[in-house]
Amino acid sequence: MEIIPLGDSALIVRVREQFEDAPEEALEEVLRVFQLLQRAAIPGLIELAPAYTSVAVFFNPIAVSKGNGTANEAFDELAAGIRDAIIPTSRRHRRRAAARAPGLIEIPVCYDAEFGFDLDRVAEHTKLSEREIVELHSTGEYRVACIGFVPGFTFLAGLPKNLATPRRDVPRKEIPPGSVGIGGAQTGIYPLRSPGGWNLIGRTPLKLFDPTKDPPTLLHPGDRVRFRAITRKEFVAFGESRLNQ
Amino acid sequence: MNAVVTRAGFLTSVQDLGRTGFRQFGVSTSGALDSLALRVANLLVGNEEGSAGLEITLGGLQLRFEDERIVAWCGGEFDVQIGSRALPAGHVARLQDGDELKFARAQTGCRCWLAISGGIDVPVILGSRSTDLRGNFGGIEGRKLRDGDQLSLGEFRRSETAATGGISSWTAPHDWASPASPHPNLRFIRGVDWNRFNDVAIERFTHHKFTVSSDSDRMGVRLDGAELKREDETDLISEAVAPGTIQVPPSGKPILLLGDCQTIGGYPKIAHVITVDLGIAAQLRAGDGVRFFEVSLQDAHRLLMERERDLERFRIGVSLQRS
Repeated sequence: MEIIPLGDSALIVRVREQFEDAPEEALEEVLRVFQLLQRAAIPGLIELAPAYTSVAVFFNPIAVSKGNGTANEAFDELAAGIRDAIIPTSRRHRRRAAARAPGLIEIPVCYDAEFGFDLDRVAEHTKLSEREIVELHSTGEYRVACIGFVPGFTFLAGLPKNLATPRRDVPRKEIPPGSVGIGGAQTGIYPLRSPGGWNLIGRTPLKLFDPTKDPPTLLHPGDRVRFRAITRKEFVAFGESRLNQ
Repeated sequence: MNAVVTRAGFLTSVQDLGRTGFRQFGVSTSGALDSLALRVANLLVGNEEGSAGLEITLGGLQLRFEDERIVAWCGGEFDVQIGSRALPAGHVARLQDGDELKFARAQTGCRCWLAISGGIDVPVILGSRSTDLRGNFGGIEGRKLRDGDQLSLGEFRRSETAATGGISSWTAPHDWASPASPHPNLRFIRGVDWNRFNDVAIERFTHHKFTVSSDSDRMGVRLDGAELKREDETDLISEAVAPGTIQVPPSGKPILLLGDCQTIGGYPKIAHVITVDLGIAAQLRAGDGVRFFEVSLQDAHRLLMERERDLERFRIGVSLQRS
C-alpha cells in the first residue's frame, strides 16, 4: 500500500497495483479501506473517492495541522492517521467491515435496438449474435467498482470477457439517461444526459441519480448488480409507474 | 427581494464555496473557481464567507436591484459601472432600489465574483447552492443565468458600513481583489505520475510557455504547446483527480482541471497546481501564455497557511470598518 499526494489538498491511498488480475480482491480491499476511513474520525478529512485500486482522501491541510501547528508535517501526520485507521489491528475491525456485505440489486434493461444503438457494433466485434450479447450481459453478476465521470455514472466490474468491445472512435455528443454501455472491458450506466464514447446496448428506466436525495445515487460502490432483460412494453410501463408515484 | 438579470452575459452562474461530501457518488466540487475571491467579496459586504454569489465569465452581466444592497466583487480586470460611476475590484458599494450594475468585458483575466449582501437565496442541493453545470442541478435550475432571471436575495442585515452613500475608499488587498496577470505563472507540486514522463517532457513542462486553448471551460483549461510524451504508453487504472490536477491525454497536450472537473480520470497526472494558485488558474483565458514552476508540498501547505492567517487579519479589519 502506498500513500501519494494528489496535490496539496488530497492524496491517494493505493491499495493494489493491478485490478484485472484479481478484481474481486481489489474491490474488497478498496471497500475495506473506504469504510474504515469513513468511520475513522481523522482531523481535516473532508471526503473520500474510491476507485478501482485506490481510495482518494480529500482534506483541509489547515485543519490537519491544527493539531501540531506546523505546515511541514501536515501530509505525514495525515498519512500516519490513515495508516493507523486501515491497518487491521483487531478482529473486530474485520468483522465490522465484513458486516456491510451488499445485497444483489436488479437493474431492468430493455435491449431493443431502439435503445441499444451499438448492438450491431458489439456483435461485429465480438462475433456474437445480438441475442447472445443480451443473454451474456444479463446473466452475469457485476459489482460497482466506482462512481464518477459524471454524477452517478456507474462503472461496473465483471463484464464477461468475450463482450469486451473498444470504445467508439468518435464519442457521442449526447447519450440519453439510463443508457447501458460497454467500454473496453467494462460495462456501465449513464445516469444523465451526457457525452460519451461507450457502445450503447440498452437502456434502464430506473433513475440512477437524483440530486434531491441523500445519498443521490441508487447504486453505491461495492454493490452487486444483475441486469434483467425487459421488453419495450415493460420499459414504457415502468416509466409511467414512476411518473405516477 | 430580488435582483433582475437584465443581461446574463456570456456565462454567469450562482456559486458558493462548492459541494463536498458527495465525491464518492461522482459529484464534483463546482463552486467559485477562485474561492478566495468569493470569500473576500462576501466579507466586504458583511456576508458569511460561504454565501452564494455570482461567477461572471468574460463579462456582459447587467443586474437591476429592487432594494438597497451592498455589493463588492473580486477577480479579473473588468470595467464595472453603477450607472455612470466606476466600481473597482475590492471596493464596497451601496446600491439603491433601481440602481443598475454592469460588467463590461475584462481587459485581463477571465472571471470575477460578485457578492451581494444577503447572498443569493437558491435552494441548497447536496449541501451547496453552487450550480453543477454538468449535472444540471444547484443554482438557478442547474443552469447558467438567462436574460430576465430573477435572483432571490437573502435577508440583508442592515449595518453601518463605510460605504454609506456610495463607494468605499478602502479596499481589499490588491492581490486578492485583482489576481489576474498578463503573464500568469502557476506553481505546482509533482503529480502522481511524474516519473512516467521522460526528461524531454519534464524539461518542456517546466521551461516552456503553454498557450490556453479556446476549448477551455469550468471543467478544465486545455493547453497548447510542446507535447508531453510518456516513457510508457500503457493504460492506467482510473483513479481520483482533483481541481488543480494537470493530466496529459495521449495527444501530449496537458489539461489543467478546474472546479467542475470529473471526479475520476484515467490519464496520467504530471503535476498539481497548488491551492493558493487556483485563483490565478481561474483567470486563464484563450490565448494567454502560462508557465509552471515547481514547489515542494511543504511550501504549498505553508503558503496556504500564511494566506489563511492573512485572511483572518483581513476579516478582523473588515469588522472594524463596520463597527
